[in-house]
Amino acid sequence: MREGEKDPGLYDFRPWRDRAKIEWPDGKSVAVWVSPNLEYYEIDPPANPQRKSWPKPHPDIVPYGHRDYANRIGHWRMAEVMEKHGFKGSVSLSVALCQHHPDVVAHANGLDWEFFSHGIYNTRYSYGMDEAQERAIIEDSIRTVRDATGQTIKGWLAPALTHTPRTLDLIAEYGMSYTCDLYHDDQPGPVHVKQGRLISMPYSIEVNDHYGFFVYNMSPREYADTLIRQYERLAAEGERSGTVMCIPLHSYLIGQPHRIGPFEEVLKHIAADGRAWITRSGDIADHFLANDYYDQAAADAARYAEPQA
Amino acid sequence: MSLDPAYLDYPKRRAGMDHDLYTPSSMPSRKPIAWPGAKAVAVTLLVNLEWFPITPEDAPFPAPGHMVTPYPDYRHYTAREYGTRVGFYRLLDAFAKASVRTTIAVNSAIAERYPSIIADIRAEGHEIIAHSTDMNGTIATGISEADERALIVQARDTLAEALGEAPRGWQSIARSQSWNTPRLLVEEGFDYMCDWVNDDLPYLATTEAGTIVSIPFNHELSDRQMIAVQQHSMESAAQQIGDAFDWLVAEAGRFGGRVLPFTITPYITGLPYRMAAFEQLLDRLAGSKHCWFAGAGELVDSWRSQSG
Repeated sequence: MREGEKDPGLYDFRPWRDRAKIEWPDGKSVAVWVSPNLEYYEIDPPANPQRKSWPKPHPDIVPYGHRDYANRIGHWRMAEVMEKHGFKGSVSLSVALCQHHPDVVAHANGLDWEFFSHGIYNTRYSYGMDEAQERAIIEDSIRTVRDATGQTIKGWLAPALTHTPRTLDLIAEYGMSYTCDLYHDDQPGPVHVKQGRLISMPYSIEVNDHYGFFVYNMSPREYADTLIRQYERLAAEGERSGTVMCIPLHSYLIGQPHRIGPFEEVLKHIAADGRAWITRSGDIADHFLANDYYDQAAADAARYAEPQA
Repeated sequence: MSLDPAYLDYPKRRAGMDHDLYTPSSMPSRKPIAWPGAKAVAVTLLVNLEWFPITPEDAPFPAPGHMVTPYPDYRHYTAREYGTRVGFYRLLDAFAKASVRTTIAVNSAIAERYPSIIADIRAEGHEIIAHSTDMNGTIATGISEADERALIVQARDTLAEALGEAPRGWQSIARSQSWNTPRLLVEEGFDYMCDWVNDDLPYLATTEAGTIVSIPFNHELSDRQMIAVQQHSMESAAQQIGDAFDWLVAEAGRFGGRVLPFTITPYITGLPYRMAAFEQLLDRLAGSKHCWFAGAGELVDSWRSQSG
């Protein structure tokens, strides 16, 4: 990024209505990926000067226990519903989960879910890291996921969405192909980095279950209706553009007994609709990069590169 | 300026938890539990019966529902008292009508101030557990071990005097504990605690002084969270609890007996315009052949007889 400038220079402008179409496999109009955040939050993390982990003095057992619910109960319930309707997860992983709860990681890996890194813990923030520290967490992520699953991570979602000005350059340098940290579009697109090709993978803050339940205060059924409306719109628009819909989840929320039933109806709806390429983030990135869409997107942007005086 | 190098040290990065209070346990790895009468779901209703002094204390933290305006906050003092005088009796009547047994977590100040309430609760067969002294009796790291112990002992002894026996269970205000709380509860003779929200089923917690059963009372399944925090209607809350019940009934067929907690606050649910939806929820649950309304102690006894 262009550190310190008003425009961080992350990507080029491309209006929604003037783009080359992305053709998804089998003529599908929308690529749908489900992103379970499989996380570990520490009960007594060290302080980061720029962000506090827990509201109360440690141990803050309600939010800590709430998140621990994921690994005891929520994950298993959520994963079963996803598998039943044919949805593989693309996991935003606190890689230390490979040490704390190897059974959860092995279970997801056995279901053929993809893993990308969400940092070491969701209570260790990137704010204030120097380059060597940031390289250390990237190398730790690559090594830990490879050792636990055999997979080489292709993507990154910053731990607790904490970034530094160099994060995107570094993950591209380490060979990753996508970032889930940018929310400017409903299609993948090029991200400016110092070397390599990095694309932005549409994740979602707006239909993230955390936002649905705790920012917009939706009931479980309202959240399910929201996801279906989001899907219907993106599937319809995707007929001419090729769209991406991500459903970002936390099983301590969606895996609660009052929420999982309405959520299952969403998966049923999407699976039965026929317009969705139900896939994983890495497969979307591979398809995008293998079919020249990166260059086509760059060409679309070039038409708008001159300042419009 | 870079972070302290120690920020990238992970001394508790290991198999299992990053503390020693309990061990991991995944839902599918457990031996199924069977509730009495082969009921699929133990529904554990818990009422927080609380007394808010009009002189609030903010240390270690202000209790949820405590005074808001400058002194004297008549508005909140009396609205909370409304819950105790009026709302709570609506709840008791609703429980009686649906033949529902519940657990009432009471501030010991209730027993001192309103002994007739304790008698009414007992006469109608509900279980009483300790819930600190009054709503200034919050616990979090920062209060001294001696002060925390004194608060636990005062709550226990006041209730013991009113009940003729010590309460077996404990719930902290806002479910907030310090590092010491589970051990102090063991040392002061408590059998179970209702503060942790990390599971659907009871489990055993281990302290330096011995073990204590942890009964999860999911804070999300509460009128406070659904109605006061998320601003849902009682109709929506009742639908959510009903959806949870249906899900758990189905799940019980494969994983064994389930637990559905719902925590109720007299000054929230006990309002006239919310009671009908609440009573309909009770009727719906009571009408199911899969429902066992369990007091917290009954739940612990059944669980313990089948565990470890």
